[in-house]
Order: sequence, then structure tokens, then C-alpha cells
Amino acid sequence: MAQPLLQVTDLSASIEEGELLHDIDLKVGAGETHVLMGPNGAGKSTLGYTLMGSPVYHVTKGKICFDGEDITGLSADKRARMGMFLSFQNPLEVPGLSLEAFLRNAIRQQTGKPIKLFAFQKELEEKMKLLNMDLSYADRDLNVGFSGGEKKKAEILQLLMLSPKLAILDETDSGLDVDAVRTVSAGIEEYQKKMDGALLIITHSTRILEALKVDYTHILVKGRLVYTGDASVVDEINRNGFERYI
Amino acid sequence: MAKQKIAEVDRSLYDFKDDESDFYRIKDGLTPDIVGQISDEKHDPDWMRQFRLDSLKVYQKLRVPDWGPSIDGLDMSRIATYVRPNTNMKGNWNEVPEEIKNTFEKLGIPQAERESLAGVGAQYDSELVYHNVKDEVAQQGVVYTDMESALTGDYKDMVKEYFMKLVPPTDHKFAALHGAVWSGGSFVYVPKGVKVEIPLQSYFRLNAKGAGQFEHTLIIVDEGADLHFIEGCSAPKYNVANLHAGCVELYVKKNAHLRYSTIENWSKNMYNLNTKRALVDEGATMEWVSGSFGSHVSYLYPTTILRGDNSHSEFTGITFAGAGQNLDTGAKMIHSGRNTSSYINTKSISKGGGISTYRSSVVINKNAHGAKASVSCASLMLDAESRSDTVPAMIVNTSDADVGHEAKIGRISDEAVFYLMSRGITEQEARAMIVSGFANPVSKELPLEYAAEMNNLIKLELEN
Repeated sequence: MAQPLLQVTDLSASIEEGELLHDIDLKVGAGETHVLMGPNGAGKSTLGYTLMGSPVYHVTKGKICFDGEDITGLSADKRARMGMFLSFQNPLEVPGLSLEAFLRNAIRQQTGKPIKLFAFQKELEEKMKLLNMDLSYADRDLNVGFSGGEKKKAEILQLLMLSPKLAILDETDSGLDVDAVRTVSAGIEEYQKKMDGALLIITHSTRILEALKVDYTHILVKGRLVYTGDASVVDEINRNGFERYI
Repeated sequence: MAKQKIAEVDRSLYDFKDDESDFYRIKDGLTPDIVGQISDEKHDPDWMRQFRLDSLKVYQKLRVPDWGPSIDGLDMSRIATYVRPNTNMKGNWNEVPEEIKNTFEKLGIPQAERESLAGVGAQYDSELVYHNVKDEVAQQGVVYTDMESALTGDYKDMVKEYFMKLVPPTDHKFAALHGAVWSGGSFVYVPKGVKVEIPLQSYFRLNAKGAGQFEHTLIIVDEGADLHFIEGCSAPKYNVANLHAGCVELYVKKNAHLRYSTIENWSKNMYNLNTKRALVDEGATMEWVSGSFGSHVSYLYPTTILRGDNSHSEFTGITFAGAGQNLDTGAKMIHSGRNTSSYINTKSISKGGGISTYRSSVVINKNAHGAKASVSCASLMLDAESRSDTVPAMIVNTSDADVGHEAKIGRISDEAVFYLMSRGITEQEARAMIVSGFANPVSKELPLEYAAEMNNLIKLELEN
């Protein structure tokens, strides 16, 4: 069997105050879509951040392999250059840095090549249209003064422009109205289907999943992965909640 | 550090035959003889010779300011060595500190210019550029020349009328020192109604003896005229002597417009005690864009006097204080005419234990009815050792003034760094992007090549 794209083995992670993730095992194959669910405070975002290499969380045990390489000790930028992406639940504002300049810089650093400006701008425009984003947002300071929905769209725009192998989406649908969820969802669908990208979607709701093909569902409770099932688990949880897993 | 450098100066340059005056120099620093000698070398007209000597008297009476960062490292008893350090000095490129050489390297400055900036080369060949520019603007009737030539040229009466009237030698000790020993700098006169299309750039910094230390800039923009003047450069200016006391006087006449942009990057041993002032007449506009890098200690508060009714001024500035630096910078706006307006927008960055103080003063005089003033200052500290202070003063003597003040002090957010890194950007680059973004409101006011230079400078300062 081919090696999975992401392989997490017996992973524990902590902050100063104590351990937050315990003995996590997780495999995500290329092009697969995984959903990560769990009650509030279970450590879902912590897992996302830890996989991406946030310095806030310290891996105390186990390892993370991506594309066949042990990345447990790598910094976030190196992970990103290998093809990982994390969509933030609360994207940060960077005054004075335009969304477009930021994207150009990120692409240039990821590819190590100068940008072909014309092609870049054409692509940017296409993706922004797909996401119903006003083109003026390209010139605006990154996330500064963006509404919650605009910030999430900007995250998906980055996903589409960077086309990673694996995208971890941390509550990308939270706080969005129906139309915005549909738009964001269309963006994720484009990534899943056209770019054949793998997904680890952290979510509370099913709305964002409606148009997507889901391969696996994982349930995280108190820092432990307690259950893994197929797409049907999502519906089951929506009906019955997490009670039987706690 | 500083004293060691001074000891390297070839003392034979200012040894004098007169034993008594030599004794006097050692005792007191600056003497009428030394000042007289400067006058001789420069072929000063009589009034200027007298002006220097009068300034010297004022200098000797005034005290060193003690309300800002310490300038104790400046040995005032040996001021003569600061005044005449490398005149005619045939220095050696090998003696220029590595740090400076590396910075030249990283900024991509050509070798010839590097040597000149470092004060060891032959005169840098900017003469040609200068003459081309001069000819171009001369066709519009603009006078653009070095201060020494201006003293004896066609506009000598104008120079005499305006020289150090806005910044009189009595202003403070270093203004008096400047009056006594000034050397080099630019003179610009833009006649009535003339709009200068290209930004005029000061080239004299590289040429005149002792320039870059006590240089004098005098700009007069006559009624309805328009000028953008750029002074300074991003390369660190290395000087054996570590005192800079320049003076900039800007006269903006009725309905005229002047933009004065400058990036200064002094070597890290420098005491930068610079005085800049503008006098703005009715309906005229004065815009300052100022970047302060380098130096050990800086005192810099460009001042605008809004004398005329409906006059307006804006100040946009950035200061970057790294390890071992204490930079005290800001701006002053004095509202005197009616319906005047001013806007101050500053950014300061401190890193590696550097101290950056924003100090400003907005004064609304009692007859300045209808004045509007707004001050916005933001500071970014890059680590826990660095310091940032703001000392904004507002003195309002009218009842109908509209004044506002906003101050922000913050640290670089680790989460923002992680956010950018999660897109494949290295940590160093991520920090540089955040800091450049912070500086962006200033850099976007600069001409493109200067903005690029400033971003490079920020990156270099972050690397160090």
C-alpha cells in the first residue's frame, strides 16, 4: 500500500500548563477528505496547529510524517513549502501588507522562483471571482477591516492560490451566513476536485460538507481520537451529539 | 568607543603656531581662531565671518540640553576635534569599520561612492549628475547650488536675508555651534509660480568638505511655486567625528507647496543633533517625510510654523532604534495664522534594547482661530528589552480649535508571525514583512527607489 500523505503516530503535545493531545494516530491519504469533530475544548484546533508546527505547542511524544518525511521538528514555513496548509479560525491582520503582495511573496518563497506577474494576476482574478470577492480586496491590507466572511474567503483564496497537497481547515464555516458558506464551500470543492487536494476539515456543522465527498470522520474527545468512521458519522453526530463518545 | 575614534584623528591638521591659542583650544575646545580659519578656507564674505564669530560667542554661553537622551559621550571640552575632524584627511578604506562596509555591500552601493560616503575616497563623481539636474531646472529659473557658492553668487543678498533667521544661533547650543562652523549643504530658490517637475535631490552631501556634519540647507519656495526636495541617503554615513549638527531652513511662501523628504542613516557612534524648521505663509503647504535610522543618540523634531492664514502642514515620519541606540524624534507644529491645519503621523520601531521616544508639540496660538490639528503615533517593539515612549504635548490657546491625538504601542505578534510562516514564509521574512507593513504608511510617501531602499534598510536592521 502506498504511503499515506500524512501519518501521525502516537502523538502527544502540551503547553506549559499540561498535555492537551494524547497518543494521536491519524492517517490521511493523498486526495482524501477527513472530517474532525468533537465537543468544544476537545483539542481540535490544537491538533491543527500542532500539525502545522505552531511553536505554542510542544510535541512530547510520537511523530508526524508528511510525504514520507519526518516533519515533527520542522518549522511551519518548511511544512508549508512541503505542501501543508492551515486555514485559521481567526485569520490575523497585518497592516501595511496587501493581500496580493502577501500572496506573491508566499508563492515566490514556496516555489523559489520569480512570479510571472501577468499569469499570477489572471489566476488571482479568477479565484476571487469564484469566491465572490470584490477585486479591490487584493489591494487591501491583509485581513484588516475584513468582515468574518471576507476573512474566511481570503483564507480559501490563499488555499486555491497556493494549492497545497493537504489543507487543514479550522472551523472555516463558523460565523458565516448561508450564502458565504455556499461560496466558501464551492472554493473547497474546487480544491478537492480540480486540484485533487487532501483535506482535514475541523467543523461543528454539516453545512460546509454538503457538496464535498467525505472519506473518513474522526471524533476527538479530551485530546484523544476516540472513534474513526465513514461519512455517515457526521449525520449521526448531528442527530445525537457526542454523548455516546464521551 | 567614540573617544578612541577621535584619538585616531591626525592632529597635525589643527595644530597652530600660536602656542597661546593652542593652549586655549585644549582648555576650551573651540576658539575664534579655528572659526576664523574656517572662514578663510571658505572665502566667506565679511558678514558671514562676523556671523560665525557671533555664533561662537552664543555657543560659549549656552548649556548642553539635558532634557532628552544623554549626550555625555560627546566630549564638549574637545569640540574642536569634532568640528574639524577629517577636513583634507586622506583616510584609508581599510580603516573603515567592517559593519559599515558590510552595509554598503548589502545596499549595493558602488565602490566609488562607498569610499566617498566613508569619508576616505576622492570626491565622488556626482558632479556630472548634479550639473545635468542643475541645467534642467535652471531653464525654469530655479537656482540650485551648494551653500558656499550661494554665499557669493547672484543670490547672495537673498542668502544673507534668510540665513539662520528661522533657526537663529540663539535657539540652542548646537544651533550656535552650527552657525559658527557650518559647512556644505544646498541652496534652492524656486521663483514665483514655478512648478519643479522632478524631485530635486541633494548631491552635496558627498562633495563638500565636512558636509554631512554641519551642512546647511536653505530652501525658498516663492509664491505659488512647487518643489519636492530629497535629502540624505540610506547608506550609513561614516564619520570619524561623531557629532552631526546640521540645519535645515525652509521658507514656503504664499500658496506655494514644498515637500521635503529625507532618509538619514547615521553610523552607530553618531550624536545627531539636527535642527529643521519651516515657515509657511498664507495658503501654502509644507509636507515632511522623514526616516531616521542609525546614530547613537538623535534629537530631531522638524518644526513647522504655520504663519499664514489657511496654511497647512503634514509630517510623516519613521524612526528605527536598534541595540545601543536612543532616538528621540518627533515633530512640532505651531499654528499662528487663522484656519490652519496640521497632521502628524509617526511610526517608531525599537529592537534589541533600543529606545525610541516620540516627542511632539502642537501649539495653537491665541489668534490662530479655526485651527485643526491631529496627531497619530504608533510604536512597535520587537522584543521585551526594547523601549518606546511617547511624549505628546498640546498647547491650545483658543476656544475653537479642533485637536485630536491617538497613540498606539504594540509588540510584534507571534501568532501573526506563525500565520505568515504557515504560508511558506520564513520566520525572518515574516517579521520583516510585518515591520515593513507597519512602516508602509511612511514608505508609500517616498519616491519608489527610496521606499525600496528603506525596506532594505529595515531588513538589514532586523538581521543585525
